[in-house]
Amino acid sequence: MGLITTNTTPSVVETEEIPKIVSPNIIVSSFDLLINWARRSSLWPMTFGLACCAIEMMAVYASHNDLDRMGIIPRGSPRQSDFMFVAGTVTKKMAEIVRRVYDQMPEPRYVISVGSCACSGGIFNTYSTVQGCDRFLPVDVYIPGCPPRPEAFIDGIIKLQDKIKHEQFRWSRWR
Amino acid sequence: MEPLKIADRLKERFADEVLEAKEFRGQVSVTIKKNKLLEICNYLHDDQDLLFDYLVDVCGVDYLGKKDKRFQVVYHLYSMRHRHALRLKAEVSENDAVIDSVMPVWVGADWHEREAFDMFGIVFRGHHDLRRVLMPEDWEGYPLRKDYPLKGPEKEWRGFLEVLEKGQKFREFQWEE
Repeated sequence: MGLITTNTTPSVVETEEIPKIVSPNIIVSSFDLLINWARRSSLWPMTFGLACCAIEMMAVYASHNDLDRMGIIPRGSPRQSDFMFVAGTVTKKMAEIVRRVYDQMPEPRYVISVGSCACSGGIFNTYSTVQGCDRFLPVDVYIPGCPPRPEAFIDGIIKLQDKIKHEQFRWSRWR
Repeated sequence: MEPLKIADRLKERFADEVLEAKEFRGQVSVTIKKNKLLEICNYLHDDQDLLFDYLVDVCGVDYLGKKDKRFQVVYHLYSMRHRHALRLKAEVSENDAVIDSVMPVWVGADWHEREAFDMFGIVFRGHHDLRRVLMPEDWEGYPLRKDYPLKGPEKEWRGFLEVLEKGQKFREFQWEE
């Protein structure tokens, strides 16, 4: 958690006016470190499964790879989620719904684009397919693969956690 | 009943309508004219020796530049009682891309015909609700036609443009990256 100071015994700190006694087991930290730690340790994804990558996503949630141990619990509602998996081929007809779900998510929100199709359109360079969901969504992490292995999923999530870890002053819009 | 015998019976009964009956790897296809389609289908459905009570699939085919009549509508039939199958192909020309709906005979043709309409623009006369089923309702053109550009028309679809616009507009509500 990136602690700065931990006192295990009472200690005296000299200030300008009077010496202060600091009680033990106090952790001195910054808001950034604390908030980012809390955020990245409990990421709840909105599961937007669109095609075959969604099957792989289910496999990652399931007991074999077990995302619960990373504090990741899939949510069925955008209002309870912190980030969104866009897993699969995004068609032009579906783009509007993907965008609407994203707009309903509370800040701070992140997007992980899963699979070749969601990243770039993949092999479907056709009339009905959006050439990458970053055309209408701000994507934070891209996971390539067709579909990506569960290890790649987990790596992508760790990348997102790493990104959250290094954020600064992202507490509110009116800070 | 042997599928070829079924084809022979059709030839006997609808001599003017049947154009061709062909066997390939044990599957028999009968090509017919489209005018008496409903009559033929009713016969196949009701005759006690045939009893084709299950319409497996309806699909369209585009033979652009390969045949005189551009489209074909293909019906795959199966009989649960007799366990025999037959493929029925009806020819449809480009200028008059209209064919009778087989919904009075098999209700299951509903969405299959809508899909053939959606992808090829073949109009099914007598269908109760002929709307697009896969593409958006205001989509222009029929994507599975051979002369349809692979990446779609030059003009982007209105609905997707709206999404792109929304993505730009809502940026101001976004927290800073």
